[in-house]
Amino acid sequence: MLIATALEKRFGAVRALAGLDLAINSGAFFALLGGSGSGKSSLLRVLAGFEAPDAGALTLDGQDLLCVPPWARPINMMFQSYALFPHMNVAENIAYGLKRAGLAQEERRSRVTAVLDLVGLKGLEARKPQQLSGGQKQRVALARSLVMRPRLLLLDEPMAALDAGLRERTGLELRALQRKTGAAFIMVTHDQQEALALADRIAVLEAGRVAQIGPPQEVYARPATRFVARFLGAANVLEGRMRDGVFESAEAGGVVASGLPVETIAIALRAEQIRLTSAGEVPYVTGILEDAAFRGDNWLLIIRLRGGVSLRLVHNAPPPAPGSAVGVAWGAGAVVPLFA
Amino acid sequence: MQRGMLLLPLWAWLLLLVAAPVLILVVMAFATPADGVPPFTLGLRFAAFAMLVDDFYYAEALLAALRVAATTAGLCLLIAYPMALGMAGVRPAWRLPLLALLMLPFWTGFLLRLGAWIGLLRDEGLINHLLRGLGITDAPLALLYTEGAMLAGMVHAYLPFAVLPIFTALIRLDSALLEAAADLGARPARVFFSVTLPLTLPAAAAGFLLVFIPAAGEFVIPELLGPPEAQVIGRVLWQEFFQSRDWPLAAALALVLLALLILPVRWFQRLGARA
Amino acid sequence: MKPGGLVRAVMLAGFLFLWLPILLLVGFAFSADRIPFQWGGFSLRWFGALAANERLLEAAFLSLRIATASATLAVLAGGGMAFVLARFGPFRGRALFGTLIGAPLVLPEVVIGLSLLLLFVALEALIGWPAGRGAVTILLAHAGFGAAYVAVVVQARLAEADRSLEEAAMDLGATPFIAFRTITLPLITPALIAGWLLAFTLSLDDVVVASFVSGPAGTTLPIALFSMLRLGLTPEVNALGALVVLVVGSMLALATWLLGRRCA
Repeated sequence: MLIATALEKRFGAVRALAGLDLAINSGAFFALLGGSGSGKSSLLRVLAGFEAPDAGALTLDGQDLLCVPPWARPINMMFQSYALFPHMNVAENIAYGLKRAGLAQEERRSRVTAVLDLVGLKGLEARKPQQLSGGQKQRVALARSLVMRPRLLLLDEPMAALDAGLRERTGLELRALQRKTGAAFIMVTHDQQEALALADRIAVLEAGRVAQIGPPQEVYARPATRFVARFLGAANVLEGRMRDGVFESAEAGGVVASGLPVETIAIALRAEQIRLTSAGEVPYVTGILEDAAFRGDNWLLIIRLRGGVSLRLVHNAPPPAPGSAVGVAWGAGAVVPLFA
Repeated sequence: MQRGMLLLPLWAWLLLLVAAPVLILVVMAFATPADGVPPFTLGLRFAAFAMLVDDFYYAEALLAALRVAATTAGLCLLIAYPMALGMAGVRPAWRLPLLALLMLPFWTGFLLRLGAWIGLLRDEGLINHLLRGLGITDAPLALLYTEGAMLAGMVHAYLPFAVLPIFTALIRLDSALLEAAADLGARPARVFFSVTLPLTLPAAAAGFLLVFIPAAGEFVIPELLGPPEAQVIGRVLWQEFFQSRDWPLAAALALVLLALLILPVRWFQRLGARA
Repeated sequence: MKPGGLVRAVMLAGFLFLWLPILLLVGFAFSADRIPFQWGGFSLRWFGALAANERLLEAAFLSLRIATASATLAVLAGGGMAFVLARFGPFRGRALFGTLIGAPLVLPEVVIGLSLLLLFVALEALIGWPAGRGAVTILLAHAGFGAAYVAVVVQARLAEADRSLEEAAMDLGATPFIAFRTITLPLITPALIAGWLLAFTLSLDDVVVASFVSGPAGTTLPIALFSMLRLGLTPEVNALGALVVLVVGSMLALATWLLGRRCA
């Protein structure tokens, strides 16, 4: 439905968007995941119409969107700062877009009431933004955009300003709202937990372009590049090369895998998929246990391998003492070949 | 374009009311004074500038103006900094009333306040009346039409403008910085000299310039309170224009005054940009 | 950090220095003595004399009319300039634009007065307008420098106003003009009012520029006062001062109280 092609955007010397391609289907919950400087906020502003790209195309159902100003696009945005109008109360804030669209007062009133009910803020019509809590402000901002019944809703780090406890619950409510309204949601976030939990599809952004795009489980289990492997779940990445059918990694200390495509230049191993070898078991790599951190339901171990690199390992029992020699092994499906 | 609709009239305004007058000033400086209305003929005459260079009277006027302006600004700063400190140290609820108390004199009329000073300082004024009444003096002291009277009037007029930037900077000062210094072992006086003062120095400089720049061209206060010998540049310009009717000379003086103020103005703008 | 005793003393002395002359001016307005600043018993005669002084009253009304008109003009121009500076991106000549806006703030009054007079003389020679100097030229001159002050005040307010509010409005269907009218304007209204009051006061107070650009019929209150003060002092000046202080003082007190209540 929404197709972005080869978008370029520069701010001075900084190349915020570097040839970015993206396709969003209607009715999907889409997450744009990336660190600071990845271009995710710039992309959102280009989609909303507040920035014009230096090059590239943007179409909605085949129509060119770039020549349409923000106030005419069937796209609405929920701002990270919420941007609630301080001189209007909740009802007036939400009704603002409806008023611009020329709806009659009765119609406006009923839609505002309906959407307030939808986000769970019934009864707060007369409050001013200054009198609301952070969570309430967020819902008003959401309601203000949803009441417009947009085809596409852009959310700029919607949970960033909320307390940790509220974040998880609000995220699930957000997804329920998306399913209910049927609009396409594009959520920008740096929080990978959020992206993995809520989205139907994720795009991981790196330095202004899409590093990988796909359903959350697939992107997590089969990262396409080193960056994606490290960014999503902080996987261990071992550099090396294929020789005579085996993957040799000098930094790991030897041969660590076999049967991988010959273009493999590194492998990813998730911390929760590798384990300490028990007595008598032959390890794939060996090293020294450097550090152990208790995390409540498991332990995070840092193991320095013979070749010099450190591995992150999730262990479900109290670990050996730091300084001990340990061995690490893993199942066959744990190795993900990386070609970039 | 929509933007053009707003820019065009604003450009017209600025070019007409700000740029054109300055350019005309330059043209006038090269004109020739004449009898008649208006008292000049256009031309290319350098005599106005030559007079400024030859006759030391004009250089003295400029120096006098700079001296008075610097003294006024210095005195203002001396009083303004403690005042700002005091105002910044009161309970936040008192800040707005104190600010109002500081600025109200500005709103009550410049000339009326000068009238008050005249009333205080003249021979039959309040101060002399009190001194005579208390038996301290027999004859009236010449307080008015002196340099002291002029400076008193100047400081009185400009003081609030020196206080404002310093006050603003002080309340914006992150109190965590002061607490950190105290935590590291500094006593209150040390905290002031090593943290507060250095950080508010730009604001103090801004306060100084906020007084110095307009005071350099001041006319009214020297005219009403100062001695006849206080021939500051503002007064000289006025006299050349209104009494001598030498418009080219007045224009030349104006240009020289402008040139002199370029450096302080640039410094002030840089301070403002940094803030 | 609480300031010490010496600082407090200087602060008090400073306020006293600022206020004593004014309070004395007001106090002696009620003195019956013909010699100003001497007490001759309580009397309101000088307020009466002021009311009967036709010359002063005419000058006062002229000044009020000019101040109102020029302040309004200044707000329109200065507000527009502030908006351009705060919300327009780069455009051709932007540096010059900004410099011209700020120029009246740093030019000495005598220079402003002289240059504007020369402008009006030149304009009259070129296109026949303005015909002679008087209220109109004073109005234009005051609006000219008033706009600079308004621009400073409004630009400060615009700079701290959240731009995403205007973007949110546009996202919800408002064209830039409507976003300005419904969102920006209400938010900067206090600054516009403050700018108007500032321009009004500056106009009402100005003697130097008005003297340069005025004509035979354009005697404003400051011009009349200035010539009076040059010769000496009369108790009518006290009465005028008392009136102004009382009026302005009560308005400022009211404003402070209103502002204080809002923030509480």
